[in-house]
Amino acid sequence: MEQKTVVLGVIGSDVHAVGNRILDFAFTQAGFKVINIGVLATQEEFIHSAIETNADALLVSSLYGHGEMDCRGLREKCQETGIGSIIIYVGGNLVVGKQDFESVKERFLAMGFDRVYPPGTLPDTPIEDLRRDLGMTIN
Amino acid sequence: MQAVLLIDFGSTYTKVTIVDLDSEIILGTARSGTTIETNIMEGMKAALAQIPEPVGGWKFVRKLACSSAAGGLKMIASGLVKELTAEAARRAALGAGARVLEVFSYELTQKDLDRIIVSKPDILLLAGGTDGGNREVILKNAQMLSTLPVSLPVVIAGNKVVSGQAADILRKQHTPVVVADNVMPELGVLSVESARLAIREVYLTHIIQAKGLDKAEEYLERIMMPTPSAVLSAAELLAQGYGSEPGMGELMIVDVGGATTDVHSIAKGDPSKPSVMLKGLPEPYVKRTVEGDLGMRYSSEALVETAGKRLMDYLGWTDGQVSDQLNLYKEDPWRIPQTAEEAKFDVAMGRIAVGLAVDRHVGTIEVVYTPFGASYIQNGKDLTPLAVVIGTGGVLLHHSDPLEILRGGVFNPQDPMILKPQNPVFYLDEEYILAAMGLLREVSPQVAFRMMKKYIVKL
Repeated sequence: MEQKTVVLGVIGSDVHAVGNRILDFAFTQAGFKVINIGVLATQEEFIHSAIETNADALLVSSLYGHGEMDCRGLREKCQETGIGSIIIYVGGNLVVGKQDFESVKERFLAMGFDRVYPPGTLPDTPIEDLRRDLGMTIN
Repeated sequence: MQAVLLIDFGSTYTKVTIVDLDSEIILGTARSGTTIETNIMEGMKAALAQIPEPVGGWKFVRKLACSSAAGGLKMIASGLVKELTAEAARRAALGAGARVLEVFSYELTQKDLDRIIVSKPDILLLAGGTDGGNREVILKNAQMLSTLPVSLPVVIAGNKVVSGQAADILRKQHTPVVVADNVMPELGVLSVESARLAIREVYLTHIIQAKGLDKAEEYLERIMMPTPSAVLSAAELLAQGYGSEPGMGELMIVDVGGATTDVHSIAKGDPSKPSVMLKGLPEPYVKRTVEGDLGMRYSSEALVETAGKRLMDYLGWTDGQVSDQLNLYKEDPWRIPQTAEEAKFDVAMGRIAVGLAVDRHVGTIEVVYTPFGASYIQNGKDLTPLAVVIGTGGVLLHHSDPLEILRGGVFNPQDPMILKPQNPVFYLDEEYILAAMGLLREVSPQVAFRMMKKYIVKL
């Protein structure tokens, strides 16, 4: 099967680099071609990278609590630039304070994200999900 | 004596330099108007005649030339995303010594094709998609370009998976069609060398003839490259040195012309301070930028438009005084300043042109405030520690105060985000030999290097 390409990055003014490296390693090990745009990534960088590399999914991390602000409008911009149906996952410490994750998840799903992961998720979960969403597994 | 004849067919002047390989000295330099309309050789012979011939006539062991005559090497580049492959294609063309007329991104439209027809480029550079990435756009663009009513040389440097297919589509209408390596094989990786070589090859095999420059080749061995390529090549040699002889290290060359100001840097430009993150496309070690709106004569009006306020502040002149002076230049582009005031204006124009051209060439730094304090992001090259700045070009050579003009390229504490050299030593290419030395590098790099060390003087 053709190798699938993902664009990975930490969105906004967020400089958390460790989790980004771990995800890069885990997705590469799982057989994906990882285009890692690193920390301090803008929405435009995610989109431009996906267009040039013909990526199958965007993997957005946000660890510093401003994720809701940084992620707003990403799906709409994808639609505007011709990659509207691309799969987008988001995960990390998406919001500040002790908020109920279910309500956070609802908000991000409504913003057009396909899957939303709480803090403490291990890389295996999104890898399995992505395989399923891209039709790479049989079930 | 082993005399070598080196010629630069410029847009205005044909410049002739004769050097002796044995004694490593310049035997003579001269210039005469370029005669592209009739026979390019007339201007060259007129220039050559100004240099006293030795008894028994010249016996040249090599005769080499570069050219920016007949509009130079005009190119149009096309890529996918403006900031990614389109930008990479633009840089590849500039690095190959081209004048970049247009850069297109995404799918080409009929309007874009019309602009190609009107601006008549010598070569099209078609990029788009990383290797294994987007295929549709470059194929669609190849399809669109194959509907052009004219045949143009095309260099393809895009997604390798479909570049062969794109070439097949283009060959129906265009010739030659050359496939080079992708200018951006991976996201954020710039790889312009293969495209540069392909452009040079097409230039040698097709463009020289198309421009009527091949008439010179009956007398000369060969027109080897576009003039800006020769300058870049000389700059690289001067920075790196040859064999065991060390070069001058990282450096910048500012070429102030009548119509454009070119800036070349041979430098990595990595962050000079700790905890600075790099963003954007990586910069080529050998980088060239051309500012078409920043010339001292033909584009002096455009320069004033861009920097009128700065100019008036520097001079303390009124709007009217500036436009009066500009009108004088419009009547006679090569007017020599007559009064002290005029000379002051000339210096101001040069200084501002250099300042802006270097501003646009170097990188910038910006502060991002994160919840963990300030972070710094650098875009482009940090040239603040750069120690060597060399001035060249007719305007500087025939000027009484080249140092004052070149100082425009120094770091400005009021604009601390623009990473210009902070404390460089200035040099002048006094004999105007950089292009000639780029040519000489092709046959005798060691002599070319030594001669540059000798003839490029500290200001």
